[in-house]
This record gives sequence, structure tokens and C-alpha cells, in this order.
Amino acid sequence: MAVSLRRDRSGHRRRHSGLRRQARLLPVLPAVVLLLVFLAGPVLWAFHASFTNAALTGRNARSPGWIGFDNYARLLSDPLLPLSLGLTVLFVGGSAILGQNLLGLTLAVLMRRARRTVAAVVGTAVVAAWVLPEIVAAFAAYAYFSRDGTLNQLLGGLGLGQTDWLYSFPMVAILLANIWRGTAFSMLVYRAALNDIPGEVTEAALMDGAGGWQRLAYITIPMIRGSIATNLMLITLQTLAVFTLIWVMTAGGPANASTTLPVLAYVEAFKFGDIGYGTAVASVLILIGVVFGAAYVRLLREGKP
Amino acid sequence: MTTTAGTSARGQLRSGTGAVSRARQRARIPADVSLILIGACFVLPLLWLVFASLDASAGHEVRLPGRVSLDNFAAIMTPGLLFQPLWNSLVLSAGTAAVNLVAAVLAAYPLSRYQSRFNKPFMYTVLFGTCLPITAIMVPVYGLFVQLQLLDSMPATIFFMATTTLPMAIWMTKNFMDAVPVSLEEAAWVDGASGLTALRTIVLPLMRQGLGVVFIFVFIQAWGNFFVPFVLLLSEARQPAAVSIFSFFGQHGAVAYGQLAAFSILYSVPVLALYVIVARGAGSSFALSGAVKG
Repeated sequence: MAVSLRRDRSGHRRRHSGLRRQARLLPVLPAVVLLLVFLAGPVLWAFHASFTNAALTGRNARSPGWIGFDNYARLLSDPLLPLSLGLTVLFVGGSAILGQNLLGLTLAVLMRRARRTVAAVVGTAVVAAWVLPEIVAAFAAYAYFSRDGTLNQLLGGLGLGQTDWLYSFPMVAILLANIWRGTAFSMLVYRAALNDIPGEVTEAALMDGAGGWQRLAYITIPMIRGSIATNLMLITLQTLAVFTLIWVMTAGGPANASTTLPVLAYVEAFKFGDIGYGTAVASVLILIGVVFGAAYVRLLREGKP
Repeated sequence: MTTTAGTSARGQLRSGTGAVSRARQRARIPADVSLILIGACFVLPLLWLVFASLDASAGHEVRLPGRVSLDNFAAIMTPGLLFQPLWNSLVLSAGTAAVNLVAAVLAAYPLSRYQSRFNKPFMYTVLFGTCLPITAIMVPVYGLFVQLQLLDSMPATIFFMATTTLPMAIWMTKNFMDAVPVSLEEAAWVDGASGLTALRTIVLPLMRQGLGVVFIFVFIQAWGNFFVPFVLLLSEARQPAAVSIFSFFGQHGAVAYGQLAAFSILYSVPVLALYVIVARGAGSSFALSGAVKG
């Protein structure tokens, strides 16, 4: 890398200023190569493979055949697709857009009003759930919601009925678990955003007699609008990709009752060995991600003068 | 909640700071109580890990161990069960973080120091790359690895994992590099040092802390990653702790919950410690410095 650059530096004496300027960008190459091979490559390969009958084992594993739109035709007639699309929307909407987002904002607002020590301790507890390795968080959540787990213990202690959450209400369990797991991110975003609001503004509102709810609705929320949009985008994308939590807690069951798109893609590809079909499911997910990602980038670009 | 505080403050007090502090005082108690309640909900699932790990006859429920024992920890302290997987995790995470750091520093330097019409589009492409749902590309990546015969290879898995966090690493590294003033390098350029020499001798030492943050950030992500090694590493000898926990505990009917909890704690301690180091050094919103403050 350095050698080729130096050669270009001697080349610059020949006044190839254009070339030299290009050469300055050479150090970007390793990163570009990695991104092309391991990120753009698989995405493009996915769209290609979803038109084949590639399989995990057998003849189609060695030489997959081109089958055109068959996978997509099958996907559109597969009753599992609308189900898992719906579950994915429910999962993202419930656990990210409503749960993590609102709870994160609530925590950030409360932390500004509460005692420092209380805010610090509670902040640590919330962040701990987020920093834990995902498999550990998933096991902890599994134990919490299992038939003889902590939640039923609590409900029993309060004299309420107990249910087998993972079996009877799998979506409720994974929604709550994902809120527990991911709220820290929104909390940190909103804490940073609230710290950027100048104190004079809040003071002026207080002097004018604005109550807490009014201050929140007319000052705080409008002033952190940008952070809210960014946060919603990021947690949507993060939640779209959640696999481990669901896989450990319910494995998509019972009877596909918690099979979101990532789980469906995994099951089709690795449980049933149908790489082509699994990739077609994954391609739908990638497309959703691409749309949201592009929207997010546009949002940031327009946000900058 | 604080409506009364606001209005009474207006009626009684002229000085602004007084009004604010009064309102703050009033709002404090309900805020404390609600925070503690929410915090308790967050702690509960974690308590199970701690209690169960010290309880030789642990089940799913949270209960104080009848007899605190370290039996669970003793039971899993075997090379095959604990040390090999943890070593694999270390190799994967350190390798991933190292690849990230080298590629991100090299990429960030021209982006941070030279004006070029490629910079903006490149940075936005990188930002877009941070948004791809990685789980979605795992099936195609598996297919690609089969075709290239890279399955079950540590280096290939390291390079793939490094690429998934690379966009974020580039973004963060560039932000840290932008904070180092160019004037110092200009002196070196005048003395005839090449860009990369100036980078090595002047810029990198000045952004040591930032580099540490990027390294640890990537390390934590890789250490906790389950799905990627789960799909790409097949042989038990190469599997990191995340996968070995799952295969040992997740696929057996009768689960030794105490041992699972003990294993989880030993496996989580390194990342918790690293997170504390970074949060102390760089403010707790470190992970967002790249994402949000574009």
C-alpha cells in the first residue's frame, strides 16, 4: 500500500496532478474490497440465488439450476409469507417503534428530573441488558418467561393466574424481551439529544408557567425531532434483523406463531435445506432494509445545511 | 405532573433560577419512584443469571440459593467446555477488531484529510452499509461461502465479521480523525513526509483514545455475535463461546440451568468490563458517536 503510494509521489514530479489526487484515495482500497466482497457480494449473490433451486445437500447443492421466478411465485402463494410479514411488522412496530422508542424517551426525560444516583443506577441496569451478549440475553429472557420462570412467580405472588407465555403468547414474550434488550439504545440517543437543548429555553418556558406535559409537547419533542427520526430508523433496522432472541426463546413456534422473516429465511434454508427459497425470503428482508436504509440516509442528508 | 409547580413558581418567584430549582425539587420524587420501578423490571431477568449460577440445584425461577456454592462454576471449568470456546471467541473478536481498525484508519485518512468529490457519496454509501440487516444476508453468505469453499474457516469468518462492522468503524474513525487538527500534519508534509507517514507518526498517536473506542466497540459486537459463527463455523473445535453455549445447553432436553447461568456470566464479564472502560473514558453514548452525530 505505502510502496505504491510512494511511487505515485515520485510520479507527481511528472505533474500528473489528476493521477496523484486519485492516488491519495488508494488507502481506501482495503475497506472497499472488503465491503464489495463480503457485503455487496452476498447481496448481489442473494438476488441471483433466489432465482435458482440451490439446496443444502444433494444434486442441487453442487450445481443449482436456474428456475426463474419459481421461488417468488411459491413465496407469493405461501401462506407463511403474509403471516411472517405481519409478525415482522408487529414485532418491529410493537417492540421498537412503540416499546423501545417511548420507553427510551420516558427514561431519558425522567433521568433529567431524578436524583443523579438513581438515574445512574437505573441507567446501568438498562444498559446492562443491552451490552450482554445476545445469546445470554436470550437465555435470561427465556428463563424469565418460561412456565416456572420469574414472571409467573411474580404473578403467582400477586395472586394472579399463571400462563405458559412462550407457548400461549409467544409474540407477547418476544416483544417484551426485545424491549428489555434494546431500550438502552433509544435511552442513550435521547439522553444525548436532551443534553443538547439549551437550558434557557426550558427556563423561559417555566417562567411562562408551562407545565411538565406542555414543556414536553411544545418544546422538548419539537427540539429533538431530528434525533427521534434517526432513532426510529436505526431501531427499525436493528429490530428487523433480530434472530437470536426469537430463535432461543420460541424457535419461531409454536406452529409458526412467532416466525418473523429472519426466522423464516433461516428455517427454509437450513432446516429444509432449500437455499434458493430461503434466499428469496431473505431478499424480501434485504429489500425492506434497503428501503429503510435509503430513507435514513436521505433524512440525514436533508438534515444538513 | 409538575403543572402546579410551574404555576406556583410563576406566582411566587421572580428569579428564574429559583423557579427552575423549585420545579425540579417537586418533580424529583415522582421521577425517582418511576425510574426505580422501571429499573426493577430491567434487573429482574438479570437476577436469575446471578442467583442460578450460585445455586447447585437451580431451575428457571429466581430464588435465593439455599446454599451458595460455586459448584456450577467448578463443573464448567473444563478445557473443552469453557476455555477452548472462550479462546475461540477471543481470536474471532480480536481478529475482527484488528482488521476493522486497519481498514478503517486507512479509509478514514483520505476521507478526513483530502477534499475529493468521492468523499460525500462514499461516506453516505458507508452509512447505508451500517443499515443492512446482517441476519438477512446470512443465508446468501452461507451459499457464497459454500461456493468459495470458505465454510468453517476462522480467517474467512473474521473477514466477514469485520466487514459487517466496518461501515460503523469507518464512520466513527473518521469522526475521531476530524477532531485532530490538520495544522500539525501540514508541518510534516512541508518536511516531505508522505501522507501515510504523517498518519502514523502524528495523527494516530493523537487519536489513541478514539482508536481504543473503535477497537472495543467492534470487539464487543464480535464477542456477542451468535448468528454469524453459528452459520459459518461448523466444527466444535472452532466455535466461539456464543455457539458452544447454544449447542451445549440449547439442544439438550435436560438443561443444567445453574451451569448455563455460570457459563453465561463468565462469558459476559469481559464485554461488561470493556464497556465500563469505554463508558468511563468516552462518555456512555460512545456507541452512538458514529451513528447519530453524522
